Amino acid sequence: MTDDLLTLDGLTKAYPGVVANRDVSFGIAPGEVHALLGENGAGKSTLVKMIFGLVTPDKGRMTLSGKPHAPNSPEAARAAGVGMVFQHFSLFDALDVAENVSLGMSDPPPRATLAPRIAEVSRAYGLPLEPNRTVGDLSAGERQRVEIVRALLGKPRLLIMDEPTSVLTPQEVELLFGTLRQLRSEGVAILYISHKLEEIRALCDRATILRDGEVVATCRPSQETAGRLAELMVGRKLDAPARAGRALDSLALMVRDLSLPPAHAFGTPLTNVSLRLHEGEVLGIGGVAGNGQDELLAALSGEILAPEATLFLGGRDISRLGPDARRRAGVLTGPEERLGHAAAPDMSLTENALLSVSYDPAMVKRGLIDWSATRAFAESVIARFDVRTPGPDTAARALSGGNLQKYVMGREIVQNPMVLVVNQPTWGVDAAAAAVIRQALLDLAAQGAGVIVISQDLDELMEVSDRFAGLTNGRLSSFRSTSDLSVEEIGLMLGGAHDMAPADPGLPSRKKGATA
Amino acid sequence: MDLSSISPALVVASLMVASTPLLLAALGELVVEKAGVLNLGVEGMMITGAICGFAIAVETGSPPLGFLAAMAGGAALSMVFAVLTLVLLANQVATGLALTLFGLGLSSMLGQGYVGIKPPATARLDLGPLSDLPFLGRAVFSHDWMVYVSLGLTVAIWYVLTRTRAGLTLRAVGENHDAAHALGLKVVAIRFAAIGFGGAMAGLGGAYLSLVRVPQWTEGMTAGAGWIALAIVVFASWRADRVLLGAYLFGGVTVLQLNLQAAGSALPVEYLSMSPYVITILVLVIMSARRSRATAAPASLGKPFHATA
Repeated sequence: MTDDLLTLDGLTKAYPGVVANRDVSFGIAPGEVHALLGENGAGKSTLVKMIFGLVTPDKGRMTLSGKPHAPNSPEAARAAGVGMVFQHFSLFDALDVAENVSLGMSDPPPRATLAPRIAEVSRAYGLPLEPNRTVGDLSAGERQRVEIVRALLGKPRLLIMDEPTSVLTPQEVELLFGTLRQLRSEGVAILYISHKLEEIRALCDRATILRDGEVVATCRPSQETAGRLAELMVGRKLDAPARAGRALDSLALMVRDLSLPPAHAFGTPLTNVSLRLHEGEVLGIGGVAGNGQDELLAALSGEILAPEATLFLGGRDISRLGPDARRRAGVLTGPEERLGHAAAPDMSLTENALLSVSYDPAMVKRGLIDWSATRAFAESVIARFDVRTPGPDTAARALSGGNLQKYVMGREIVQNPMVLVVNQPTWGVDAAAAAVIRQALLDLAAQGAGVIVISQDLDELMEVSDRFAGLTNGRLSSFRSTSDLSVEEIGLMLGGAHDMAPADPGLPSRKKGATA
Repeated sequence: MDLSSISPALVVASLMVASTPLLLAALGELVVEKAGVLNLGVEGMMITGAICGFAIAVETGSPPLGFLAAMAGGAALSMVFAVLTLVLLANQVATGLALTLFGLGLSSMLGQGYVGIKPPATARLDLGPLSDLPFLGRAVFSHDWMVYVSLGLTVAIWYVLTRTRAGLTLRAVGENHDAAHALGLKVVAIRFAAIGFGGAMAGLGGAYLSLVRVPQWTEGMTAGAGWIALAIVVFASWRADRVLLGAYLFGGVTVLQLNLQAAGSALPVEYLSMSPYVITILVLVIMSARRSRATAAPASLGKPFHATA
């Protein structure tokens, strides 16, 4: 197409041992929202980094409105009219909003003129934002607005958005889509990277699908089903997880009026959290990160001891038991951070297995480690969960996110816990691996274990959980059966609405909400 | 004990001289750490600056040339650290410690011919009628020009770090080097510049010791001043104004306790000798005890940066 704003022609980029992009060609028209779809490792990030000047292609050409586009730095790309909103926000916590915006501009005006311009742009696009607030105090949605406003101040003709909705509540997503539609109507082209298929069907005009670094299809997402898009992405048919489990009557875990002060200066206190988890049941707890998820997991795992008589496992008070004693009692947990919390990055998979099974006399006898038994255990996890790795001696750090996640989840699941609590079990994991993990959680529940899934991914929670509750400001809503719950109701349960009012200075802080 | 033998004007005057080497070195390290680099080689760069400055000042008879040479010497040594940590990604802590040991050895080798020599005197800055003021004239306005340069540098560094684009860029690199890289900031180049500046400042502080404070060359004459400077940066919560406070506090208590010793204080000498360390740390700890973002370390401090674009 000749009227495209940006055309990519035969872009190829290889790294030692892997071809990230092979002969990628497509075009993006002005006023179009163009989706770039693909699994983790399909080459989406490398591709947009080439457009944004962070990576130089080995072969191929790019053309931006008729002129060759070969930026050698983000500065050059911005000058050519390309803006980018990063997936892992490229923000500086200790700096304020205006300073963060200024750092992302090639030729920033002095603060006295920049601050009103930030306010003006954020108003014009419905992105309420205050220039003087410290970024470290903002919610995920507000942080994203900083990124978007920063990109918009450069007056881009092409805006690249890398997985923008992964941390947003449904209401925030709607707000974002409103902004993007407004930009589209102004003729801005948007390259939208995501693996959330429903979103892409709702928002995007065209989609280019990458698999293993190559373009495998181009389509109009509104005319395809989500299932068809997923098949194109993964390259084979995906089965929805099968629900065999049925909640039984007997109680596995009970939390009664659990309140905890925040563990650190930026933590969230837990306030009167109560829940009843039955055997064979999957409880879903939704909410935007930073609303007490980490604290809840830590309280359940024993990393933070709970006040007496707040946690009961089958009638036994486990509130004052430490992590090892709880593991022995049958409560296992899988934290959100794969590297550094669930697994020690530089230790081998075998050593990492030991970290969570060291209470087991089969592995540790009289304080001495039985390495061959531990290694066999690690191998059994690798085999059962199809972890792609050269072997159990590989360092955890060397595994891809999805593979490591399968490993750390599998490590807990094969121990047949009575209760398993996981936080963000499929965060940053590709669709195929996510399906394996969700199925394993459901299978575990089917065998009679109680499972609590804490997640920001609502689709995931709807898929796996029997009952759902929202965690906001450290308070847990009451549980509702997922079978009769709409997305709007969930959004309200998450209290995402408090963020939605148009620019109301000083109000929308979740910190303030916590003390209100 | 005869307290009347202690002249307040003289105490203030000598505390400013005693504090200047610490202030210079700590300001340099402040800039380095704000860029996210932990250089524990301050002591080594200081003493290298001390001998470089001393030798050149003696050979040329010009203290200003000596100070310039000290900056060059400190910066040159810091470039060894920069190449090792920024290009070869060596561990910053280990490399910094090695730099200190290397600097101590190098300086004693360079200084073999200079023991027992008196350096040319550094000129007093003529402040005209200000120097004739009662008390203040003697205490504050009758120093050599380096004292005023160090105070000017404090203000300049504070201004650059908090008010300018260059300072914002530097802080951004120290705060989150990956994000800075994604935005197209030259992380490695900025850190090279910061490390070089820190080396030059440490060298300057060392030369002030050998040319003004002592003034002569002896092996190991920095005697831990580099470590004090490092500690001051941390306890000053990475703020230029508090670095000034910390350095003057330490220098002040040092001078005061020496005066007390001379006056025959009843307190054992050991307690007096430890007092500068204890009091400086106590005051700065209390000041930085309020936990807030403004007093936190640069988030990328000491972490190696490798662009994995």
